[in-house]
Amino acid sequence: MFNARDRRSFKTEDAGDSKPESQKLNFYDRPPRHDVTLEEFEICALNRLRILAEIESSLARNRSWEEMKTQTTQQCKNYLPLDTEEDRKQDHVSHYVLRLAFCRSEDLRRRFIKAEGILFRTRFDEVLKADREQLLDSQRLHWLKVEETEKQNHRNELYSLYPPIKPEDVRNTSFNRDTYYKVRWTRVPDLIEKRKVFLSGGWAYVPGREQSSIIFQEFEDRLARALELTARSLPRLDEDSRLVPILDNLSNGFVAGVSSEWSSSTEGKNGEITAEMVDHHARNDFPMCMRTLHEQLRKDHHLKHFGRLQYGLFLKVLGLPIEESIVFWRKSFDRITDDKFNKEYKYNIRHSFGLEGKRANYPAKSCQQILSPGPSEHGCPYRHYSPENLQTALLANYSSQGLTSADLPEVVALVKSGHFHVACTRVFEITHASCGIKKGDGVGGFESVTHPNQYAARSIELRKGDIKKEGT
Amino acid sequence: MEDVEMDVASPEVMLTFYNRIYPFQSIFNWLNQGHTPTKRFTHREFAFTLQNDVYLRYNSFATYEDLKKQVCQYNPSRFEIGPVYSLRPRDRKTARPGAMVPLERELVFDIDMTDYDSIRTCCSGADICKRCWGFIAAAVHVIDDAIRKQFGYNHLLWVYSGRRGIHLWISDKEALELTDDQRKAIVGWLTVVRAEKSEMAKKTEIHTPLKELPPLLKTALEHLKYTFNDLILEDQDPFSSDEGFEHLLRLITDSGLAARLRDQRKAGSTSKELWLIILKATEGTRILQAMREDIIFHYTYPRLDAEVSKHRNHLLKAPFCVHPKTGRVCVPIDPIQVDDFDPAEVPTVNQLMKEINTANTSTESSSLPDWHKTALRPYIDMLDKHVQGIMDDAKRSKGTDLSW
Repeated sequence: MFNARDRRSFKTEDAGDSKPESQKLNFYDRPPRHDVTLEEFEICALNRLRILAEIESSLARNRSWEEMKTQTTQQCKNYLPLDTEEDRKQDHVSHYVLRLAFCRSEDLRRRFIKAEGILFRTRFDEVLKADREQLLDSQRLHWLKVEETEKQNHRNELYSLYPPIKPEDVRNTSFNRDTYYKVRWTRVPDLIEKRKVFLSGGWAYVPGREQSSIIFQEFEDRLARALELTARSLPRLDEDSRLVPILDNLSNGFVAGVSSEWSSSTEGKNGEITAEMVDHHARNDFPMCMRTLHEQLRKDHHLKHFGRLQYGLFLKVLGLPIEESIVFWRKSFDRITDDKFNKEYKYNIRHSFGLEGKRANYPAKSCQQILSPGPSEHGCPYRHYSPENLQTALLANYSSQGLTSADLPEVVALVKSGHFHVACTRVFEITHASCGIKKGDGVGGFESVTHPNQYAARSIELRKGDIKKEGT
Repeated sequence: MEDVEMDVASPEVMLTFYNRIYPFQSIFNWLNQGHTPTKRFTHREFAFTLQNDVYLRYNSFATYEDLKKQVCQYNPSRFEIGPVYSLRPRDRKTARPGAMVPLERELVFDIDMTDYDSIRTCCSGADICKRCWGFIAAAVHVIDDAIRKQFGYNHLLWVYSGRRGIHLWISDKEALELTDDQRKAIVGWLTVVRAEKSEMAKKTEIHTPLKELPPLLKTALEHLKYTFNDLILEDQDPFSSDEGFEHLLRLITDSGLAARLRDQRKAGSTSKELWLIILKATEGTRILQAMREDIIFHYTYPRLDAEVSKHRNHLLKAPFCVHPKTGRVCVPIDPIQVDDFDPAEVPTVNQLMKEINTANTSTESSSLPDWHKTALRPYIDMLDKHVQGIMDDAKRSKGTDLSW
């Protein structure tokens, strides 16, 4: 799976070392060496991608470090636990799969390093001290311990840089207890730039408590170097035609937030939706992409093929059964004859429900599919509208649900930085504030919007809860 | 002074200078760090500024003879040295885009007198005299000391920029290999006074009230205290003018003290007298003492042109070039003797011409290279000695490599 040269160079290094799976924190400096099934390859990568995408949207939303940490930890528990050796193997594999997917462009590399860096930091904070020390022992980080006599020689300089703790004698004892390490200054440029450490002969004297910042830096540096190496050897990977589509899919997923598995799992639960209810839900619960389609349908009394496909599948997953679906479309296309409808459209509707042709149960399109440029003219409004049009559309669609022009700059800024799904999530939060949704909650469990159906289902669920609460 | 400004070289003089005096071989050895050409020279970018101000980038040469040939052909008014790239810069069009990246580059610093304009009283703009050289000398002492002691680099070459500033080239192996981020960090470490480009001179705030002065600045302060006394109070006397006095008041955070200074200032008050008032008032309280030290830093601490140092691919004028406006040669300076350096005494290219002409008419042995007979000789010797140090070091590290 990974190129032979890498493997060889690592082999010489790990003689006698413990396996990376045996410890919780992993520097990912050695590729996994066991067999991985194709399914495992994809699934564990998707799980990791979910976490990374969530970290990215947290960054885009300016969440505080504490918030981000709690949330990431929560997500890690669900998707990438580290408790058993099997878990850790998965973690290890998933990291390497994503390396392959994200080494291709400068932009992807940068984002990947950032997100992985935060994931590592979170875990580093969460695990036990023993786990941390285990990691440090296993990495040859070339830290020289500063001997006591040397520490005393530079006592004044070192002490003057020690953080101010009150009272003075506490600071003094704390200083005396702290261990100092010497590293080449080039390894800690951020500490140097801010003049936070004592420097002599090119050696930076770093107190033990700054250790973590060095490790994080080291982690990101090594990852950056490894990604560039991987990128260079990637052309030699295409011997296996099974992997490339998966990798393509994964890197696209990162762009669209995450490639969601949000699919037909809720189908049938809300079977009670009828053709008459669609108007109501469209006004209250649909994400903007679907609202746009709905409005267009009402305005033109027609939708083109890909629009029908996108909207039809969305309604199907939302819980509109086949009979109701046919009623809905027939009513909507009220300017054509029965004959034409039955001939030209009914078949397609039944087809999309898996009742004709190859009888496949087609899933609804995810944000990723809607976002990526394709034949569809009905993409994601956040992505395809000009900022002016987007603002008008947002106000027109959502002002009745609490979105004011004061919220626009934030949404537009998110769109401008390319975080379309975060913008959509933010709109969800604003318009569901009356249901007790706060900024940062996302569509449940801090998650961002990754699928229009996820948006709509959550919205319907929330509003229902609201009505119930009012009733009691 | 005026005379020197006028001593601009004609194209013919420049050509003779390149042909007979310019130390191409020494420059080659210095950049290449060895006698056989390596990537450090062959992949190095040279940029020429022609007499008609046409700027030619991405030149590279296989040997120093090639470089000399090209220089004599273009006869540029000056040329600059850039980084060592991953491929020969002149081949860049044949490579795929993005393949040419800077790999190595001497760590360079540039201190320019213009950054001091708001605090110097003797000259302004492009002018420089022996008196304002004091600022540069103080900067050299601080930076030289910091680089050697704190960063542990040994191969520092200070070069007069030909008019109003000084350049520093550091050739240690680690320094050559620094990334842009690391270069930015070292600039951050050394920068205390931000250059004041606009009138809105930012206040120098080095002290944070709770913390002590970082060790780096403590050592610098020991030296700068004396500089402040001699250069600022005795020589420059900036507070005696109204403008300079207002500038000082802006740095005084204590309104009571500022008012007292205003009251006590008479028409003929010198900087020294005013400083005595400040000294007395700031005795005792820590915050005021910190403010007083900030003022010293503001007036004497080196002001670096940060952009030059931050990026590997920044070009910097080669040593021994002739400054087109002054005709002075950009000669190396021994940092120990920097206080005695007088920019007005630097040989100009016209002066050198006269020297080789008289030397050649006399019956001295003509086997020696021309520069031997000129005032440039001690400077070229200085560079050669510097290069020898670099090469010895390179050999030593090569030796250890072999044993491994």
